[in-house]
Amino acid sequence: METSQNPYLVVVLLMAVAVAFALGPLAAAWAWARVFSPKKPGRDKNAIYECGLESKGDAWISFRSEYYLYAIIFLVFDVETIFLLPFAVSFGGLPVGTFLAMVIFLLLLVEGLVWAWRKGVLTWK
Amino acid sequence: MAEGSADMEMIDEGLRSELQKQGIYTTSLQELYNWGRANSVWPLTFGLACCAIEMIAASMARFDLARFGAEVFRPSPRQADLMIVAGTVTKKMAPLVVRLYNQMPEPKYVIAMGACAISGGPFKQGYNVLKGIDRYLPVDVSIPGCPPRPEALIHAIMTLQEKILNQKLTGPDRPRHLVAGAPSEFPVPAYGEHDLEPPSNPDVWQPPIMTRK
Repeated sequence: METSQNPYLVVVLLMAVAVAFALGPLAAAWAWARVFSPKKPGRDKNAIYECGLESKGDAWISFRSEYYLYAIIFLVFDVETIFLLPFAVSFGGLPVGTFLAMVIFLLLLVEGLVWAWRKGVLTWK
Repeated sequence: MAEGSADMEMIDEGLRSELQKQGIYTTSLQELYNWGRANSVWPLTFGLACCAIEMIAASMARFDLARFGAEVFRPSPRQADLMIVAGTVTKKMAPLVVRLYNQMPEPKYVIAMGACAISGGPFKQGYNVLKGIDRYLPVDVSIPGCPPRPEALIHAIMTLQEKILNQKLTGPDRPRHLVAGAPSEFPVPAYGEHDLEPPSNPDVWQPPIMTRK
């Protein structure tokens, strides 16, 4: 009987073995836990938090929307600095397009700085 | 390799060593189980005071707790089976320690490391110091010292391993986790007006009563 063997059969076989290799120990561990592990559930053991403290309150709390100002300031003074150094190092050999892109990026951040300034975030209260 | 029954008494020790000389090794389910448990004691990452520094030193390269399969300090009680109470247990901290112990899966063990964890140590007279974690938890091994050296902790781990290896899985002396009726959790003390309530767990803490004649 003539069978034309698919060349990808080996890959499929390899994949099947790989999946079995990953799932086998997991299944063995699960079966071991099911059969042998002493089950002693309790209130503390089933608790969600595991830091010794009892959890209180709700996980669904709302954050104040004013925090976006901190995000802007972080971008201006932190992320911008990271980009400025390589920009300065390779400044001499930059093509015009790259230079313009970088200037636009800087201007966008400066706009954020102006916005934060006008909001009065930079004044110490 | 021949498999014995769970009961070790079935194999005669002399016969065992004779067989071993001929290259036939016999074992029992109990021995295998205990061997596995004793060599994979995972402590909880949990330090309370200066003893914890010695505990950290014991896990580092110089003292190398990894030789005993106990270097995997787990950050979660769900994955740990040994609680090393390393340091002074304040009354504020005691409920948290008991709760962490409750959250550890069975079988679990406790090592009281240092004078403070055993008895309150130099702070025994303090109003806010628990006079020994054995008032709330069943301590397997106590290490005296203030603080004990890392070698002492290693010795304690070896003592614990010996204890685990000698446990019988059946009969009245079997470990607590194999007793179906044994409680899964110990009561967590609450902050009272003057002291923890209750001040000790009478099921765990039964100090000898001295009678003077």
